[in-house]
Amino acid sequence: MNSPNFPILSAITYLPLLGILVICLINSKRHDLIRWVAFLTAVVTFLVSLPLYFLFDAGKWQMQFVEHIPWITQFGISYHMGIDGISLLLVMMTTFLSALAILSTWTAVEKAVKGYMVSLLFLETGMIGVFCALDFVLFYVFWEIMLIPMYFIIGIWGGPRRIYAAVKFFIYTMSGSVLMLVAILFLYFMYYQATGIYTFDILSYYNLGLPAHAQFWLFLAFFLAFAIKVPMFPFHTWLPDAHVEAPTAGSVILAGVLLKMGTYGFLRFSLPIFPQATVNFIPLVFILSVIGIIYGALVSLAQDDIKKLVAYSSVSHLGYCMLGMFALNVEGVKGSLLQMINHGLSTGALFLIVGILYERRHTRLISDYGGVMKVMPMFATLFLLVAFSSMGVPGLNGFIGELLILIGAFKASVLFGALATIGLVLGAVYLLWMYKRVMYGAITKEENKVLPDMTGREYAYLVPIIVFIVWIGVYPLPFLNKMDASVQHLLKVMDHQKSARTDAPDNIRLNSNNILKNYEQYAAERRR
Amino acid sequence: MEQLMTTINLSAIYPEIILTGFALLILVMQSFHRERFKGYYGIVSLLGVAAAIAFIVSRPGSFSLQTVEYSFSGMWVVDNYARFFKLIFLLGTFLTILISVKYLQHEAMQYGEYYALVLFATIGMMIMASGAELITIFLGIELMSVTLYVLAGYTRARMVSNEAALKYFLLGSFATGFLLYGIALIFGSTGTTSLKAISEVIATAGFKNPVTIIGMALLVVGFGFKTASVPFHMWAPDVYEGAPAPVTAFMSAGPKAAAFAAFVRIFMAALPSLQSEWTAVIWVIAVLTMTVGNVIALVQDNIKRMLAYSSIAHAGYVLVGFLAAGELGVTSILYYLLAYTFMNIGAFAIIVMLAGKDEERVYIQDYKGLGYTQPVAAIAMSLFLFSLAGIPPTAGFMGKFYIFSAAIKEGYIGLAIIGVINSVVSVYYYLRVTVAMYMQDPTVPQNSQMQMLLGSPGLAAAVLISAYGVLSLGIFPAGYMAIVRQSFLILQ
Repeated sequence: MNSPNFPILSAITYLPLLGILVICLINSKRHDLIRWVAFLTAVVTFLVSLPLYFLFDAGKWQMQFVEHIPWITQFGISYHMGIDGISLLLVMMTTFLSALAILSTWTAVEKAVKGYMVSLLFLETGMIGVFCALDFVLFYVFWEIMLIPMYFIIGIWGGPRRIYAAVKFFIYTMSGSVLMLVAILFLYFMYYQATGIYTFDILSYYNLGLPAHAQFWLFLAFFLAFAIKVPMFPFHTWLPDAHVEAPTAGSVILAGVLLKMGTYGFLRFSLPIFPQATVNFIPLVFILSVIGIIYGALVSLAQDDIKKLVAYSSVSHLGYCMLGMFALNVEGVKGSLLQMINHGLSTGALFLIVGILYERRHTRLISDYGGVMKVMPMFATLFLLVAFSSMGVPGLNGFIGELLILIGAFKASVLFGALATIGLVLGAVYLLWMYKRVMYGAITKEENKVLPDMTGREYAYLVPIIVFIVWIGVYPLPFLNKMDASVQHLLKVMDHQKSARTDAPDNIRLNSNNILKNYEQYAAERRR
Repeated sequence: MEQLMTTINLSAIYPEIILTGFALLILVMQSFHRERFKGYYGIVSLLGVAAAIAFIVSRPGSFSLQTVEYSFSGMWVVDNYARFFKLIFLLGTFLTILISVKYLQHEAMQYGEYYALVLFATIGMMIMASGAELITIFLGIELMSVTLYVLAGYTRARMVSNEAALKYFLLGSFATGFLLYGIALIFGSTGTTSLKAISEVIATAGFKNPVTIIGMALLVVGFGFKTASVPFHMWAPDVYEGAPAPVTAFMSAGPKAAAFAAFVRIFMAALPSLQSEWTAVIWVIAVLTMTVGNVIALVQDNIKRMLAYSSIAHAGYVLVGFLAAGELGVTSILYYLLAYTFMNIGAFAIIVMLAGKDEERVYIQDYKGLGYTQPVAAIAMSLFLFSLAGIPPTAGFMGKFYIFSAAIKEGYIGLAIIGVINSVVSVYYYLRVTVAMYMQDPTVPQNSQMQMLLGSPGLAAAVLISAYGVLSLGIFPAGYMAIVRQSFLILQ
């Protein structure tokens, strides 16, 4: 494994904290200095994370850049960081979007700039940590930690209903994750029963053949946590509130990175640890995903607020990610992973675009615009590109991801593949219709006649995203290559466990069917 | 060993002797020169507590070796379990005194007896932790309770304070009756008050004497009251609200921990054979305590009262650890109570800071906009509240993690699920305070004329120590856990 002596993952995780420390020393009146320090911290973090991509050995499925230090020895908890092809791009996207998000709020936030920048940087630490953590407890700590800055970002710098949205976000997300904590602890003791070792090391659990009914309940607990985060169809109600109220940077991070934690969680935990249950849950996940795809698109269609429209489109897009993932074939999973990145880029960009409009007019209602193209031609071009990317026009990134997902989905189930394509059509409808109403036509509102076109700073944060949008659309191989080995291996792990179960139950490494029984007996004994 | 058992081993009670000496010294100082020594009571009592801590820590054989000292013919035991609890009490007392000095000065109530009473209460708790037989434990409980009754009514000019004291006293004496009756029944059915002998008698008797079981049930009632567990919690909100804020901080940490110390020791050391009898009862009490505490806390506007209900809920979490029993269960209680001491006293330190004269600013609405007017205090408060809510990387998270892992290990999965759902409920009311501090604008014009106690070095030190404790227990818990694991109650 290419584990250089330099702990690069820890470095990028904690660099933002260093930035926070510096910011804390600055007088809170010096807004520009604070902004610069925050931005530079994020840029440096991104630059430090770049070698990850180049040093990453795409031929290996194993964890790379591993750091492993005992942390809480009494419980077998360790500080274990590492990335594979699944997390590599997500980490890169996090550092990339964080820097751009900070740049995007230069003028949008004037109140308590210090706290805002501290929150954004703190959030970055939590997000990178989630994608790098290879220990259950470490993962859980990062997973929960980032609730705090996001809660403050929505609650302090958000719109009129910000408090409601912030508290809802916090409690909704937390109620899912505490059940996951119980499931983690339960797994932990089952693992001990099976092996006599106390460990929270995630990778150790990949080889654990759990009995089917235990898998069912554990899968359900993890499912709840991740499904709320994604968010899947019936658990999505926090998302529109949070998105609409959050400031632009908050929305970008929320859509770009936070939602991916849910899908990432499925890939990292649910699939490899509960393969049996995953297979059993495929119908349910497919149904919910397709409902999410179509429902999200239909609701987007009905929105009169641009930001809300984009928020609901996330429900639809994340439905594709889930569909591809649970197709459980190479195309589907790779497409799902790529779509996570794509969604981060294009929806992030859409939120930035909404932010650009909002900063000029302080309204997000579609009816307040119209004919904006005439006064902001450059903006119109970029907006159209991003909208195309989001609806999956060939030549841009969305197309590749959705194509792979649909290939995977059709392989798994023709019915659900076919249903999912409806979402593509609807996606084009709501985005183009919104674009038409905002950008085309005559300028009906007096205020819109004098809107200035994009500023240098706005180009600076929009153009890099568009570069990637085009790059992935034209030549996705550098991105897909990196995830190849890990995805193949993930599916092999699942197949191995599944076949081990049905064909040769005696050959399983750990006496799997007895684990639960042992655990129950043992617990009963302890209680006497 | 036998030799030790029968003799009076004074060195085993040195920490208590030290504290008594300092408490008496304060009283003497006061009677000799009331005015001149006014500024010194706090320092003297802090010195006393520090000396007691130093003695416990430096005593050869504490913690690393599992040395057990006996005294008074086996009525007194100093094991790591007792040592650890004593450190929790002394820590709580230390922090309490730090936040009291300025408060009392502010209220013009700077008298020596306050400090002496706090020290006496601490001695009572230490006796509870070290008692190896029922009467000794009972003596400790009474010493602690009587001083607390007085402390609750210490600001005697305020009606609510008097009310608190009276309520606490009446209900407390009633609960003491239950406790004593339980002790009497157990003594009557087993013929001994020594914990060790009781467990032997019950184990060899071969059948379960109903009188013993009734005695046990009465003990549950008595300790249920002392730990403020539902349905014996009625006194807590009124007393917590009415008592002076530093006293509330004190009561919610040390005495609660002391009650659990005795509760756990009696039930694990003397009544282990009755575990099947108590499990169902404690299960119900734990669920009720967590749920009622958290749900009622949701609607409180007075922050002291809210923390009273939150404190009830936290007793429920500790009962989950109690139920799990075993090494993991007992040590999780120790860890949790240590964490709770830091985070709760920390939160109360901020309340004391902001309460103003006569505690007129103790409503959540008074905290509006605090994040901008008093950023440091607001950050500290948020830290303590997030810790109470069990959000990582704080002590509260690790404590809950520890307790729920003990519960799941013993197969109490339903209980663990109820517990974590409760902690989600609790998030709502802890967040209310942060909402007020950061997301709402102050309703009253900024309180520059409001006297706050921000400048006090004692308060600042208490907040710093608590914040350090909350973070270090949350981020680097391994060292603490090592000590906690050594403090597992060894059943002789």
